Amino acid sequence: MAQRATRALPATARAADGEVLLAARNLTKSYAGADKQLPVLADIDLEVRAGEIVALLGKSGCGKSTLLRCLAGLIPPTSGTALYRGEPLTGANPGTAMVFQTFALLPWLTVQQNVELGLEARGLPAAERATAAGQAIDLIGLDGFETAYPKELSGGMRQRVGFARALVTEPDVLMMDEPFSALDVLTAENLRGELMELWESGEFPTRAVVIVTHNIEEAVLMADRVVILGARPFGSIRATFDVPLPRPRDRNAPQFGALIDAVYQVMTGREKDTAGHLPGRPATPARRTPANTPLPRAGVDGLSGLAEILIQHDNRRDLADLADELGLEVDDLLPLVDALDLLGLAMVTGNDLALTARGSAFGRADVQRSKQIFATAALEIPLVRLIVTSLQITPARTLRAGFFRDLLAHHYTSEQVTRQLETATDWGRYAELYSYDAGPEEYRLDATAAAPPPAG
Amino acid sequence: MTLSTRPPAVRTSLPARMAGRLTRLTWIDLVVAAAVLVVLYVILRVGAGTAVSFNPARVTRVSTDPADLPYYAARSLLRMFAALALSVAFTLVYAYAAARSRRLERVLIPALDILQSVPVLGFLSVAVTGFIALFPGSSLGPECASVFAIFTSQAWNMTFGFYHSLVTLPRELDELSRSFGFTRWMRFWKVELPSGAIGLVWNGMMSFGGGWFFLVASEAISVSGHRYALPGIGSYAGTAIAEGDLGGVGWAVLTMAVMVVGVNFVFWRPLTAWVEKFKNEQSEATDVQRSLVLDFLRRSHWPHALGRLARPAAEVLGRAARILGTDDRPLSVDPVRRRGGDAVFALVAGGLIGWGLLDLLGYLRDRTGLGVFAEPLLLGLATLARVVVVVAVATAVWVPVGVRIGFSPRLARIAQPLVQVLAGFPANFLFPLATWFFLRTGLSINVGGMMLMALGAQWYILFNTIAGAMAVPADLREAMDDLGVTGRLRWKRLILPGIFPAYVTGGITASGGAWNASIVSEIVTFGGTTLTATGLGAYVAHATERGDYPHLIAGVAVMSLYVVGLNRLLWRPLYRLAETRYAL
Repeated sequence: MAQRATRALPATARAADGEVLLAARNLTKSYAGADKQLPVLADIDLEVRAGEIVALLGKSGCGKSTLLRCLAGLIPPTSGTALYRGEPLTGANPGTAMVFQTFALLPWLTVQQNVELGLEARGLPAAERATAAGQAIDLIGLDGFETAYPKELSGGMRQRVGFARALVTEPDVLMMDEPFSALDVLTAENLRGELMELWESGEFPTRAVVIVTHNIEEAVLMADRVVILGARPFGSIRATFDVPLPRPRDRNAPQFGALIDAVYQVMTGREKDTAGHLPGRPATPARRTPANTPLPRAGVDGLSGLAEILIQHDNRRDLADLADELGLEVDDLLPLVDALDLLGLAMVTGNDLALTARGSAFGRADVQRSKQIFATAALEIPLVRLIVTSLQITPARTLRAGFFRDLLAHHYTSEQVTRQLETATDWGRYAELYSYDAGPEEYRLDATAAAPPPAG
Repeated sequence: MTLSTRPPAVRTSLPARMAGRLTRLTWIDLVVAAAVLVVLYVILRVGAGTAVSFNPARVTRVSTDPADLPYYAARSLLRMFAALALSVAFTLVYAYAAARSRRLERVLIPALDILQSVPVLGFLSVAVTGFIALFPGSSLGPECASVFAIFTSQAWNMTFGFYHSLVTLPRELDELSRSFGFTRWMRFWKVELPSGAIGLVWNGMMSFGGGWFFLVASEAISVSGHRYALPGIGSYAGTAIAEGDLGGVGWAVLTMAVMVVGVNFVFWRPLTAWVEKFKNEQSEATDVQRSLVLDFLRRSHWPHALGRLARPAAEVLGRAARILGTDDRPLSVDPVRRRGGDAVFALVAGGLIGWGLLDLLGYLRDRTGLGVFAEPLLLGLATLARVVVVVAVATAVWVPVGVRIGFSPRLARIAQPLVQVLAGFPANFLFPLATWFFLRTGLSINVGGMMLMALGAQWYILFNTIAGAMAVPADLREAMDDLGVTGRLRWKRLILPGIFPAYVTGGITASGGAWNASIVSEIVTFGGTTLTATGLGAYVAHATERGDYPHLIAGVAVMSLYVVGLNRLLWRPLYRLAETRYAL
């Protein structure tokens, strides 16, 4: 590490000299599938320069946390390189310190001891550790809590300990993995504000920050650059936005709103549009297969709830407003939006989510009727259709889950396969197309669905 | 940043108060200091007796004078704690090696699984012979053998527990350690050991309870015609039995009970209460373990003073241990070299095992022929039947009782510690009384043996059933009341599924305990009369006494086979079912 941790925290403004601190070159990360490697990150090229805050934004499962950990040297990339100051990483990055979503405080150590950990690891004598930790604790607003144990603190105070622990080592780059998402809204807002004040004041003892988040507003509030990662078919950088707005940023400023809308559009943009450009993965609607049409993680209750809310707004609503009104974050809302779209119950046009005629009928119908509508829609979903047709051509009308598991294993990691089947089970059960017995792990065709499905 | 959260009074008053507290010695400090001195003195006095010269050919005399009992009890206690210390050391090293090395893990963990199923008592004779050869002419030989026997009953369980906590270390703690560049030493003492501490202490306590049984069995043992007896409570009872002295047996039982309860009170209870501080949870627990002794210690100034002394030492050690390196994993491993290393390791490990196995088979063929396995296989069926009956009857009797106790918080408060003591009390201590009863009533040992096995094993079922019943949420029970689900239907729908996971845990322990107990309960002696049942346990015990190693190896191997078989075919599927279907 270039900087000495024993030195007093610098009072001068950080040098925004644009030196490239972290870089990813052609970085790909894959996990083992059934017969081939399944990428979660593909061809990532990214640079983090001194003086900037970079936000990695994306839905869950898009690989943003994986990218952060590759840059921190905690997990190896499958191909390509992660570099720190131009040198490829061979182990944990010496120039970064991590702030965790779950705080990762050691509950058996006091606040002071937790903050000193990074210095102790460097072999600093006790007296120097105490001085440096005291300064960091001061800086982050934790004084008075030195002898407290983490379990005595509120969530916000705990994350302050997380920040102090990382900042005391004076890393070149502070890595934050969804640092505010485990906090309630007010606490998160407050802590975020204080952190940005500190960054602007020049007392911040790091030269750059990388923050992983799924919260669009948080990204636009904090970052100089927002990098949007797309989830499917696999994580790649879909767009990069520079945020030239002066800090502190005004949420009500028109440029702020325009940026949020623009980011929203990129994030809700249909996956099939992007998928179509990829070689070997033709994904025109006519040729949808379980492989190129993954089911979003959305429950039937959530879908019909969203449909009913849209009906109250005359079948159409601005997505950003909708999320705001529901107090939801992208992570919660987007799978529902994707699922409604996939089922042909709603469409995303511009910034708006609009119900289709079928979606409108689905939202208004009583339970039995809505089940029928949902069944028709679900049969157009490749995986649901695959399960129904496979069951129909099996004399016993039952099939082990392992059969579908094997079919999907060529295209998804085993975790993803489990999720796909869970959603398909949930939808199929609700639509009364088939039942699933968790004991023997068997799908069984429902009597009502024994007739061949309508062509879709 | 806001500084309004700082309570200004704390800063100025804290050091002043500390200084005041340190200068004021209270009577509590004096009591604690005196207690420590007494313990040290007793250890020195008692420990001095372990290395006296000793002639294995001479039959050691153990007095039956009750006045000698305190000394004997102290000697036994020393053995128990020596074995515990050994088990902890073994656990830390073995589990760490298995968790850290991918290659060693492949060998160490299956080995542990087998070791856990081997009936320890069968190997006692081998241990005695080995240790006597190691320390000729000193009582350290049998002493070590006894400690070793207790150790083998404790270590596997603790090692498994700690290994499990090492490999299931929360991901963010692992990342914390690597991201902040912890040294290996720091990772172990600050992250890994604290994370596993609670499991280690509770496993240690359970294993310690089981250890009494092996203490009693290992203090007086006959191997190859020699009778070895160490001064201790087990041999005291053994002598009293041999002389048919019921009064002496009574005194021994009383002392044993006092010891079990006493150790629990001054050692385990404070330890389990203290170790709560390592709970990895982010909120203050509502239901905490409490201990009078720990509260007392915490009120004295000693922990604070010792902490001050220890901190510089820890600092120096931590610095010296930097030599062990930083906790980091290389990001890229050459796959060819890695596979090459794997191949070499597999070849060496496989070669050693294969060579050992061939040698063993050759040994058996030369001595007795491989047909030696036939008899124990048949006899095993008889013992298996006994084990099954014991578990079945204990289930039928204790599950209803345990449910009744567990559903009533008032009963549970009284009964749970009591059952814990009963489970810890070495059942083989009561065998002579039971034998006397068999002799008086003429009950066959083939049936009576089952009662002896049950004497120790049944409590695990009761204990776990109580715990399971207590874990059934009150709102589920209220919902059943509300719906009018009572009687058989209530048992079928709520109670049995609810207690099932806990019951399976108890059942596994009980069945393992019953197998081990078979070695001492199928042959019993009282006042010169020996009763022998038909079974694998008696077979192993016989072979031990005669020093007949081929038959001993065959007997122990077959018994291990039965234990592993029963675990794999019955308990493990049940356990999996409990985890997937009936986890509450």
